[in-house]
Amino acid sequence: MSLLTVSGSPHIHSDQPVPKIMYGVVIAMIPAMLVSFYFFGLGAAKVMLTSILACLFFEWVIQKYLLRGPLTINDGSALVTGVLLAFNVPSSLPVWMTITGAFVAIAVAKMSFGGLGQNPFNPALVGRVFLLMSFPVQMTTWPIPKPLFGGTAVTDAISGPTTLGIVKEGLDAGKTVSELLPQLPTYAGELLGNQGGSLGEVSAIALLIGAAWMFWKKIITWHIPVSYILAVVIFSGIFWLINPEQYLDPVFHLITGGMMLGVFYMATDMVSSPINTKGMLIFGAGCGILTMIIRLWGGYPEGVSFAILIMNAFTPLINRSFKPRRFGVVKPS
Amino acid sequence: MCALKTFRNGGVHPPENKLSVTSAIEVFPVPRQAVIPVNQNLGAPATPLVNKGEAVKVGQLIAKGESFISSNVHSSVSGKVLKIDEMIDQTGFRKKAIVISVDGDEWDPSIDRSPMLKKEITLSKEDIVKKIHEMGIVGLGGATFPSHVKLMVPEGKKPEYLIINGVECEPYLTADHRLMLEKTAEIIVGVRILMKGLGVEKAIIGIENNKPDAIRKMAEAASEYPQILVQGLKVKYPQGGEKQLINALLGREVPSGKLPIEVGCLVNNVGTAFAVYEAVQKNKPLIERIVTVTGKTIARPSNYLVRIGTPVQELLLSAQADLDRTGKVVSGGPMMGKALNSLEVPVVKGTSGVLLFAEEHSSRIQLRACIRCGRCVGVCPMGLEPVLLAQYSARSMWDNAESNLIMDCMECGSCHYTCPSGRPLLDYIRMGKNKVGQNIRNRGKK
Repeated sequence: MSLLTVSGSPHIHSDQPVPKIMYGVVIAMIPAMLVSFYFFGLGAAKVMLTSILACLFFEWVIQKYLLRGPLTINDGSALVTGVLLAFNVPSSLPVWMTITGAFVAIAVAKMSFGGLGQNPFNPALVGRVFLLMSFPVQMTTWPIPKPLFGGTAVTDAISGPTTLGIVKEGLDAGKTVSELLPQLPTYAGELLGNQGGSLGEVSAIALLIGAAWMFWKKIITWHIPVSYILAVVIFSGIFWLINPEQYLDPVFHLITGGMMLGVFYMATDMVSSPINTKGMLIFGAGCGILTMIIRLWGGYPEGVSFAILIMNAFTPLINRSFKPRRFGVVKPS
Repeated sequence: MCALKTFRNGGVHPPENKLSVTSAIEVFPVPRQAVIPVNQNLGAPATPLVNKGEAVKVGQLIAKGESFISSNVHSSVSGKVLKIDEMIDQTGFRKKAIVISVDGDEWDPSIDRSPMLKKEITLSKEDIVKKIHEMGIVGLGGATFPSHVKLMVPEGKKPEYLIINGVECEPYLTADHRLMLEKTAEIIVGVRILMKGLGVEKAIIGIENNKPDAIRKMAEAASEYPQILVQGLKVKYPQGGEKQLINALLGREVPSGKLPIEVGCLVNNVGTAFAVYEAVQKNKPLIERIVTVTGKTIARPSNYLVRIGTPVQELLLSAQADLDRTGKVVSGGPMMGKALNSLEVPVVKGTSGVLLFAEEHSSRIQLRACIRCGRCVGVCPMGLEPVLLAQYSARSMWDNAESNLIMDCMECGSCHYTCPSGRPLLDYIRMGKNKVGQNIRNRGKK
């Protein structure tokens, strides 16, 4: 001891710094990643690798040559964005498009606001929505899942709509739910991931396993997922009860499309969601309601990405309007 | 068993690290020289009554607290006054202190030094408060608020409960725990004295559940007094904050900016209860206290009964501290304690522990950008938004800080503890509190 360190209290810190949170999220995404490799094969691996490398590269290049700040690619946030972006696109997406998406996600949605913590919108979702609007055909061409081993082999290069796509098109064409049901995968198939869709969204089970890990490690709290799911269940449940021939049941809505991915991995993004629990509940409920409005009556079959991005925009307003429960204050002053 | 009681808002649970929990209290030898600061309480300093060269005895009044919120200071040793000078204290600044060169150990004869338990309370309510004032008792939980002032209930307020704080929610510290195990009967008498001095019929002793032996012993000792209840609590920091403790025990919330008496409560630490017992029953001033000496670089984590004025250095030597590996010495617990800049600093009335950190654990974690995770908001026991308050302070937006209740912050440090980016939230909030407090006082003057 040559000199004593003097600093203000507290003198101890919790053992969950930012990188541990970020890599914790990455670990949580591994089951869904493996499922995507299983069903979509090399295409999925290619998209995943491209997305991760491109995100890391853009973060590094911008931080080093434009912002000239300390290097942040080790904090894991660019890696999370990379995996999430890949999770949000079809496995047949051309490499250059994936790179474009990564550029928009990291350079436009994140670094131009100043990097981690400053971005108002979820970077991966901005990347996905940019791709969806710029390349609608490629972004909605869904390879049919083809299990690596033991699965019922279908011929090469077959693509088909997502489960939600089938429903949207069918209902728009005037069919009823009972007429459409035979065309849809079974609930078990949807849970396991045997349905058309983006890389990471197909298997609700794999995503739930990862979510359980994040809860266990206290990386995310229950507030946003629970209010999101409740809002979806209540909203879709009401319409299903009114007319089951025109509207599908809540369980269907929960396990199809990007719902599980959005609920647990993207709506819970710390940077772009509210900071107090009251706000988080409102945020989640808003996401749920917007998702269902878009799914039931919007132009797109899927509304998770849009719903979360719209609610991201409301986050500052929510933070301002809803304050935590103050200790010893009866009425808000 | 139903869910254990605890406070409602926020809170954290750092690793408890109660290394010294099995070390019985040892009487620490009298130092060769004692440095006794004249201000060891929250409030105004006391005025020295002795001069250089004067001989003093143990327990002799050497500085008198003359303002309303001030406290008497007694000599903890016998010997000669070497000088009255500015000496480095816990805050790192030089403050006035009486330095006594020790010679023998001659006590003031009016102090009853026998170990006999004296259960019968003979003094009247008024005399109890007077005695506590005279003996220089201050809150020993850490805030060092003069105890006699606390007992003087303002006009129109009616106390209902005496709350005794045996929570010791700070990691590492075990001084109160050991005291509850070894001086159980004395504490209960002290609690009864405080009840009488305050004029209440009910007392609740709150102890966290990580001290089952203390809960058992205290409940046993309190069993003959139905008006004293011992309540186990779920382990959660900062349960020892008085507002949190009242909330945990009674579900009541002290209104923002008000004192516990507002909800009919008064909180005192178990250490204070023991000091009150000694003052009232044994005529002994507050001249020594239990200090936990602990940390990962200490070979013998200990609980010492130390004379006020003993240099911290001597405690560390006795507890076999590896000073070469030590990077930080903290007076108090890891969450709210003060880092010392010198080992010559004396033990004072508010010193509950001396905690050592190894060199590698002495610095803060790497600073990163705020990721708006909201964890600081989630853990704030007062329901504040530390991230926001810190930003207001950093940008000198004092009015916004005030309207977002920055003055309710009790500096428990849960926000900084939990921050994944290592943001120095509490540093900024302290700065803001300082400034907003000034603004409020200035408004009052106009």
